[in-house]
Amino acid sequence: MFEGLTNKLEGIFRKLRGRGILKEEDVLSALKEIRLALLEADVNFKVVKDFVERIKGRAIGQEILQSLTPGQQVIKVVHEELTSLMGESYKKTHLSPNPPTVLMLVGLQGSGKTTTAGKLANLFKKEGRQPLLVAADTQRPAAIEQLSLLSSQIGVNFYGTKDGDNPIRVCEDATHKAKREGFEPVIIDTAGRLHIDDALMDELKMVREKILPHEILLVADAMTGQDAVNIAQRFDEALNLTGIILTKMDGDARGGAAISMMAVTGKPIKLIGVGEKLDLLEPFHPNRMASRILGMGDVLSIIEKAEASIEKEEALRLEKKLGTDSFTLEDFRGQLKQMKKMGPLSQILDLIPGLGKFRSEINIDDRELIKVEAIIDSMTKKERGNYAIINGNRRKRIALGSGTMVTDVNRVLKQFIQVKKMMKAFSRRPMGGKGGLNIAREVMKWQ
Amino acid sequence: MTGSEVKKLFYMENKKGVLGKLKDGLLKTRRNLTERIEGVFGGRIDAQALEDMEEILITSDLGVKASKEIIGIIERTDPVNLRETLKGEIFNILKKGEASLLTNGHKPAVIMVVGVNGNGKTTTIGKLAKRFKDEGKEVLLVAGDTFRAAAIEQLSVWGERVGVKVVKHKSGADPGAVVFDAIQSEKAKGADVVIVDTAGRLHTKAPLMEELKKIKRVMDKELPGAPHEVLLVIDASTGQNAIEQARIFHEAIGVTGIVLTKLDGTAKGGIIIAIIRELEIPVKMIGIGEKIDDLRDFNAEEFTEALFE
Repeated sequence: MFEGLTNKLEGIFRKLRGRGILKEEDVLSALKEIRLALLEADVNFKVVKDFVERIKGRAIGQEILQSLTPGQQVIKVVHEELTSLMGESYKKTHLSPNPPTVLMLVGLQGSGKTTTAGKLANLFKKEGRQPLLVAADTQRPAAIEQLSLLSSQIGVNFYGTKDGDNPIRVCEDATHKAKREGFEPVIIDTAGRLHIDDALMDELKMVREKILPHEILLVADAMTGQDAVNIAQRFDEALNLTGIILTKMDGDARGGAAISMMAVTGKPIKLIGVGEKLDLLEPFHPNRMASRILGMGDVLSIIEKAEASIEKEEALRLEKKLGTDSFTLEDFRGQLKQMKKMGPLSQILDLIPGLGKFRSEINIDDRELIKVEAIIDSMTKKERGNYAIINGNRRKRIALGSGTMVTDVNRVLKQFIQVKKMMKAFSRRPMGGKGGLNIAREVMKWQ
Repeated sequence: MTGSEVKKLFYMENKKGVLGKLKDGLLKTRRNLTERIEGVFGGRIDAQALEDMEEILITSDLGVKASKEIIGIIERTDPVNLRETLKGEIFNILKKGEASLLTNGHKPAVIMVVGVNGNGKTTTIGKLAKRFKDEGKEVLLVAGDTFRAAAIEQLSVWGERVGVKVVKHKSGADPGAVVFDAIQSEKAKGADVVIVDTAGRLHTKAPLMEELKKIKRVMDKELPGAPHEVLLVIDASTGQNAIEQARIFHEAIGVTGIVLTKLDGTAKGGIIIAIIRELEIPVKMIGIGEKIDDLRDFNAEEFTEALFE
């Protein structure tokens, strides 16, 4: 995500970095490129105009021309302005002191409200809460069914009636039920609607008046073009949004809509959807996102991901083995399993600093990992304990068992030996329980 | 609004005729664009006029590249003809994108519908089925989206509404197998048109694009020449990413036409101009409303007229 913009800005700044002294025309030509890059990234025309003006004001001033490293200085100014455009820092969704907290999701058709409702419920459930999913989309065929299926997949409670029912009534009944039975929070999925459909927007206003939701979140597609400003503005005017959730961020849309929507509403983007699976909803961090746009990568996110998904004990157990000869294929498999929990590799790759330019050339296929696992699974316990005994015949058998080729088996063994060596090198330094990260780096080298 | 009212809306007769309906759907697009172009055309062609034109084109999602080239042409022409020139340029591009459905002469004709998540594939299929049925054709729907929760149910509801049969497997089944069974089935033998729904997928997910290729191979193997039409559904509010979507879907499975949906919002749908220019993929249909009849043939002249009226 945001790759294209990152590539472009990196290209511009590489030129700037190469010079000691920056002339005014250099700044102007850089700004011209930044303007085009932002427009191609679908940032709204007017928002870009304001942005560039602001940078121009700051960049052509003495601040830059007199500084020793003008290139760095331009980057700093652009980064600061981008961050401030997107909201200063991550705003957490807070729960009410008087439960139930009601969260209402609104948006256009197809923006991903129902899936997002499921993901939110999943998030709260993981925090140990008992959310209630409410199907107030009584309009789209099978929308109620979809949310009901999602809630049983996640294992949370569900409230829904039947197609065509009055959504206001559904919401009222659901909040009563939550109050009675102690569900917290209540997550309401509403029908998709056009921001210019007055009748349906009025319906939402009525739900708002009756239920008084604590959060009204606009669910918007990251691929949205120039119209993002109209959509966000209309929904905000009608409902006074508390925030935005940006979906489908796992595609290659440059996501300028994020900047546009925040600029016109002043409302924060709280969460981003980064995949179809129900755990792929993440906090939005404006400052990190700005770093990412500028090609600085996002180290913090990687570390948080690693911490959240790698079980401490398992990591400790593995760490003890590192650098000793007792690190076996069995342990290797354990590490792969831990790493898989961090999420698709392609996503982790997006976060690596300095990769911007090359990111598009690296095509990571997560199925490759599954293959590796299958191969190790097809070994006997003895083989996993001592790779040295795996001769030609055994390799043939393993290939057959895992549905792969002997060359695949050879490759995995080679990779294992590399990791083993690398582990030895790393074990000389303290690792802080993040063994998976090193593996991630190593896997990237294989591609 | 009650359920029955909603249903009434769905079935409401179209009393305005095709052109009137199209114009209605494009009203906001037109109003916005035209009002501002009149403003631009009122004055002389100077730096400000050019910048205003750039704003109009960019905010219609034409993209930087297409906008630049169109403005380049305008700059080289007589300012007196500014309006006609701009209109002519856009019409010329759109005209190249005009084409009709390739369903004639095949029995059954197979239409595969693809696209990213949430752009209106299933709704479009419902509308398409209605249209073919109104033409007196026997239609069979195939629930190839076995991934998204309740997608099969959603297509089934459309099947009931329109009164056509739906071939479906369980959720989670292999979509290739669903398609195989559908084409093998007796129902397909009697059908004039078979419309295959597929799960929404981001074009960047290589394994999912492979899956589409496989589904297409299955069709061709069971019924040589099928699918006769591969329709890529694009949401009119999509920005520049639509070009990448079109490019990658096209490379993977050979898109024969685009359906531009949700033109009843405030989005301009200008991205199709860029897609036609760069990729030469025709636009077959446009979705201009939520009602079951709100699917229209794409017509370059009407589209341009509606933009400039």
